[in-house]
Amino acid sequence: MGETVASIRDLTMRFGGAEDDALKGIDLAVETGQITGLVGPDGAGKTTLIRILANLLPPTEGSVVVLGGEPGTNRFDLGYMPQRFGLYEDLSVIENLTLYARMRGLPQSEWDAAFTRLLDFTDLARFKSRLGGKLSGGMKQKLGLACALVRTPKLLLLDEPSVGVDPVSRRELWAMVEQLVDEGIGVLWSTAYLDEAEQCEVVYLLNKGELLFAGNPSNLTDEVAGRVAVVTGFEGRRRELLTRMLDRDDVIDGTLQGRSIRLLFDRPAANDAVVLDLDDGSQVEPARPRFEDGFINRLGGGPDGTSELARRYRMIDGGDGCAIEAKGLTKRFGDFTAADNMDFAIPYGKIYGLLGPNGAGKSTTFKMLCGLLTPTEGSGAVAGHDLRTAGPEARRSLGYMAQKFSLYGDLSVRQNLNFFAGAYGLSRGEARNAIDSTIEVFDLGGDLNRSAGEMPLGYKQRLSLACAVMHQPPVLFLDEPTSGVDPVARREFWTHINGLVEKGATVLVTTHFMEEAEYCDDISLIYRSQLIAQGTPDELKRRAQVVAPRLQAPTMEDAFIALVEDRDAAVEKAA
Amino acid sequence: MERLKAIIVKEAWALLRDPRARITLFVPPLVQLLLFSFAATLEVKNADVGFLDLSGGVQSVEILRRLDASNNFDEVRRLRSYEELKSAIDRQEIIAAIVFDQQFDRSVLSSDPATLGVILDGRRINAAQIVSRYISEVASSVGMEATSARTMHQPSIARSWFNPNLDFIWFNIPALACIIVSVSALSITAQSVARERELGTFDQLMVSPLRVHEILIGKIIPPFLVAVLAGMVFVVAAPIYGVPFTGSILLFVLGLSFYALALGGFGMFVSSLSTTQQQAFLGSFVLTVPIVLLSGFAAPIANMPEWLQPLTYIIPARYFLEMSLGIFLKDMPLSDVLGLLWPLVLLAIATLGASAWLFRARME
Amino acid sequence: MKEQTEASVPPPQTKRIVDREKFDVRRLSAMSRKEVLQVSRDPSTYIIAFVLPLILLLLFGYGLNLDTGTTRIGLVVQDDSEAAQSLAAAYHNSDWFEVEQARSVAEIEDDLVSGDIFAMVVIPQGFGEGVLRGNAPPIQIVTDGSQPNNATFATGYAEGLRANWAAGRGLEAGQPDGGNVRVATRYWFNPELKSRYSLVIGSIAIVMVIIGTLQTSLVIAREWERGTMEAMMATPMLMSEFLISKIVPYFVLSLISIALCTVLAVTVFGVPFRGSILALFVISCAFLLPALGLGLLISAVTKNQFVASQAGLLSGFLPTLLLSGFLYEISSMPLPIQAITYVIPARYLVPSLQTVFMAGDVWSLFLPNIAALVGFGVLLLFLTFRVNRRSLM
Repeated sequence: MGETVASIRDLTMRFGGAEDDALKGIDLAVETGQITGLVGPDGAGKTTLIRILANLLPPTEGSVVVLGGEPGTNRFDLGYMPQRFGLYEDLSVIENLTLYARMRGLPQSEWDAAFTRLLDFTDLARFKSRLGGKLSGGMKQKLGLACALVRTPKLLLLDEPSVGVDPVSRRELWAMVEQLVDEGIGVLWSTAYLDEAEQCEVVYLLNKGELLFAGNPSNLTDEVAGRVAVVTGFEGRRRELLTRMLDRDDVIDGTLQGRSIRLLFDRPAANDAVVLDLDDGSQVEPARPRFEDGFINRLGGGPDGTSELARRYRMIDGGDGCAIEAKGLTKRFGDFTAADNMDFAIPYGKIYGLLGPNGAGKSTTFKMLCGLLTPTEGSGAVAGHDLRTAGPEARRSLGYMAQKFSLYGDLSVRQNLNFFAGAYGLSRGEARNAIDSTIEVFDLGGDLNRSAGEMPLGYKQRLSLACAVMHQPPVLFLDEPTSGVDPVARREFWTHINGLVEKGATVLVTTHFMEEAEYCDDISLIYRSQLIAQGTPDELKRRAQVVAPRLQAPTMEDAFIALVEDRDAAVEKAA
Repeated sequence: MERLKAIIVKEAWALLRDPRARITLFVPPLVQLLLFSFAATLEVKNADVGFLDLSGGVQSVEILRRLDASNNFDEVRRLRSYEELKSAIDRQEIIAAIVFDQQFDRSVLSSDPATLGVILDGRRINAAQIVSRYISEVASSVGMEATSARTMHQPSIARSWFNPNLDFIWFNIPALACIIVSVSALSITAQSVARERELGTFDQLMVSPLRVHEILIGKIIPPFLVAVLAGMVFVVAAPIYGVPFTGSILLFVLGLSFYALALGGFGMFVSSLSTTQQQAFLGSFVLTVPIVLLSGFAAPIANMPEWLQPLTYIIPARYFLEMSLGIFLKDMPLSDVLGLLWPLVLLAIATLGASAWLFRARME
Repeated sequence: MKEQTEASVPPPQTKRIVDREKFDVRRLSAMSRKEVLQVSRDPSTYIIAFVLPLILLLLFGYGLNLDTGTTRIGLVVQDDSEAAQSLAAAYHNSDWFEVEQARSVAEIEDDLVSGDIFAMVVIPQGFGEGVLRGNAPPIQIVTDGSQPNNATFATGYAEGLRANWAAGRGLEAGQPDGGNVRVATRYWFNPELKSRYSLVIGSIAIVMVIIGTLQTSLVIAREWERGTMEAMMATPMLMSEFLISKIVPYFVLSLISIALCTVLAVTVFGVPFRGSILALFVISCAFLLPALGLGLLISAVTKNQFVASQAGLLSGFLPTLLLSGFLYEISSMPLPIQAITYVIPARYLVPSLQTVFMAGDVWSLFLPNIAALVGFGVLLLFLTFRVNRRSLM
């Protein structure tokens, strides 16, 4: 056991004007030599807790001890990385480091050693003089960490360091922090990624300001031991089967994994195809529970399988044509080629994923296909309408959901709905029906007059989806649609999407959640502006095993990383 | 049509629901209305002057008495020496000092020319010139009465049409209608696209089937209505200030509408050019200052140097200021209004066209 | 997101976060250095500190000419006598007027409405006969009252021209006209009567407010918005170090901009500089205290660039433009507004600036003004320190 570097007892935090306490009776301890995880849905109080430890907010009640004193007594030994990394975008990498070195009182004689170590550690040495604002998301995050570490702290507070960062960078970051822990510092890591939480020694699970769980993640996982099963070898459509399974009373959660379906039961799993009413070839096997299963279980299970939204959606009969087509799409900015010769065709009724590290060119490709960027070369079409010659028709047949919440935060929920109904040219009667139905499906009735910006993130995301599909488009564009939302909301979101696809809609999605990639029928992996692999999730996993034989039963994330690394190796060899 | 209606309604709500937009909407115009209408006067009232009387006679006392009685002057203060005079002017305690020499009294009564010395503070040259004129008028009337001089030439009869008492507020209210409308319309439209860009909603707008001209119209109509409303406030407020409105309200609304459109075009242009709200703010500020200063509001355009005058042709406020003064005070007829209207129409078309082009060009 | 909205609500309790570190000059210099780097890389700095002052100086120096130039007038001569023609000729020959002649008022009164002419001078019928008889009927001057200031000036010039003409004819006839009081005016500091001088000087005051208040309020609000403030506050940095690090670079930047403006004013606009550089420096420094203090206070309270910019305009720019006395005489304003001017720092700056440029070093005028400025500065900075606590609440 390490030394306790931060401890909280019976902490309550109340903001003036707020009805509920932001934090209620929290007990927490951070010890050196391990990563302490802080997990919870958006708005659970994670940031507030970290800010109290960083002496940025005074607690309302309770005792807080940081590095042996009140918060703020020993700021030299505290490293803090806020959500937006705290970098100055108009300072270069080395200037940011120098600034933090001075601010933390690192003696000048130690600068060279510290900077060399950190730049090496973060692999940023090549970009020493690049401005902070010009770095990619992953690089910013590493620089933010380097700045927090410039004078080796005893306590490191990381507030959602991995939001919006691709799997490769995420893994590198985790490895870096683990190395620090071995050097004897204490780390508090707040995250919405449950696979990260699973790797922590101690996890604190927050929900609505309350502590739901504290302890080793396996304790939570043990609660659902024997209740998880995987179904494989079934005939027919996997989404339809998932819906059926989720609608069962004894199934509280279910996810797609390529051609298999993973189920969480509220009782010991029924490992029998007959009990589950499956067809003959199906096999049901018990599976090892994950932290996420325990989490969902604690939150009372995920949503049912049938999407009311999809039930009311029109049937889309696209015939044999392609819903989305990219032919040699290329985009250059000056000398820089952001997307090079993208080629794919997506039939109706499929989910297509664009995956790739930050800055690889997937956003550029995505934006060309929904008409936000004009391609330098090549052409794209949506629902048979060429983007160059029939832009407005193409735009009318697509629904778009942006990466961050991009509805009008100052407008009320109803005003947002009215606007999007009108913007997509629904007639008065159509609009009224569409809006009424949307309000029912998404249960927005109670919040119609609230400003959209004040709603919790989960609701915002529902509203975004509602606005994007109000005109019942045949094609949906989703740009990291569930970034930052909690697993339950993410399940609900995918239930709707699965339902819509069953009705014949087509979905193009970019994501950093590899679990979401599993929902895709087909995936394009984009790296360094090029399309490096294409195929179903299972195909990609097999490909990964070919290039990296050490992998056994690779996850989508493993496959992603292996394929990207293989590409790097090939490029190096060629050079 | 449905699309257009939707975006207009949305823009209107965005303007009214956002507390920050409400600030730009109401606070600056109100403060300007209150401060400007009373503070912006080029008259001189309550000026402090001093005098150094070496004559010891009655004529100087009579002049000083009349100065004291005038509301143009506040304190008329006795100075004891030239040194005191110098220090009082240096320290800006008085704007002018009147010096009566030893012979002054005698000279006024005799036929020798009597000279009254007036020393003025050239640092405040505008006020000093006006003060000098007041003093001259008083001095010569006293002189004339004292000698009961007969004159072959009577002074001219000065009259002012449209504003018989040369009341400054009669100028300020119509002129402010022009200035405040320009400040509000510019700052509101300048934020509209820039804010959507910064908040990320602009992409959402561009992937919807809304066409560029629909977005443009939708964005321009609410600030347009705000500007027209703000302009009309002055028509309503005029009687409260005792300012007449002699012309046709219809013509005023017509002129105001095209003025608001031209301003909206400028604001939209700045907005399409900016990626952040800060840039939009700077842009509208850099634009507002010349629009106000070169409109003819603070100083007549005819007084500007030749090379600067052509620049005022692209200042929309130049045309509307003349129109507003004309319609408020001079019952300006349609033919004159039209002459001022077409440049506004051209400006509106040019700026809106340029913004529409920038809309797309700045996406890349 | 949610937590941020919560954070903007004021705290209900009284617990405060206390600094225990000692003031550290090295941290201060690190922060200042960073600020200088940022300032020098931000294009908006150059716009605000150099381009905008240039535009303002040009506009005020050239655009706002209050000295009347040529006025277009209509001259209605209803009399054919030699005297009437002679007076008409005097108007034609004057540099002040551009004359459009007519036989009747009806011919040109529409031009007064359309603004083509600004005044009418009417020489009535029987003018010549009257002159011979010794009681000439008065000429009439009709001005466009919609612009009262110009109307006053035009009337003055038109009447002055007539009086001169009359005096000239009287001298010829050996009969001086009118009373015998002559007024000899002398304008100290500005014998050429150039209004441009005081306008250019006034625009320097505006430049100081733009850099000191507007720019400064924006940069700190930006640190709050971008989240860098949060990261900085978790370092051992003290609030006082942070504030000083903001003040110093903008103080220096303002001084550079003032120097630039001064050079322009003297070389391009021919504004005299009769005082000493030292006095100008001291006055500028004294004014920058409240200007920067206001900027810091605004950003500390608003924490948001948009609101900061609006607040800066309302509390800094507009009052300086309208209520500092450089455009409009303070004594002519209604009493309540005069009272407001006492809390506008620029009110104390403008007379000092005018004096140091046009009159010279009048320390008896500078000192009370400097004292007032320093007083405001200290008050505003004190308030800023009070408001800018180390807390995100």
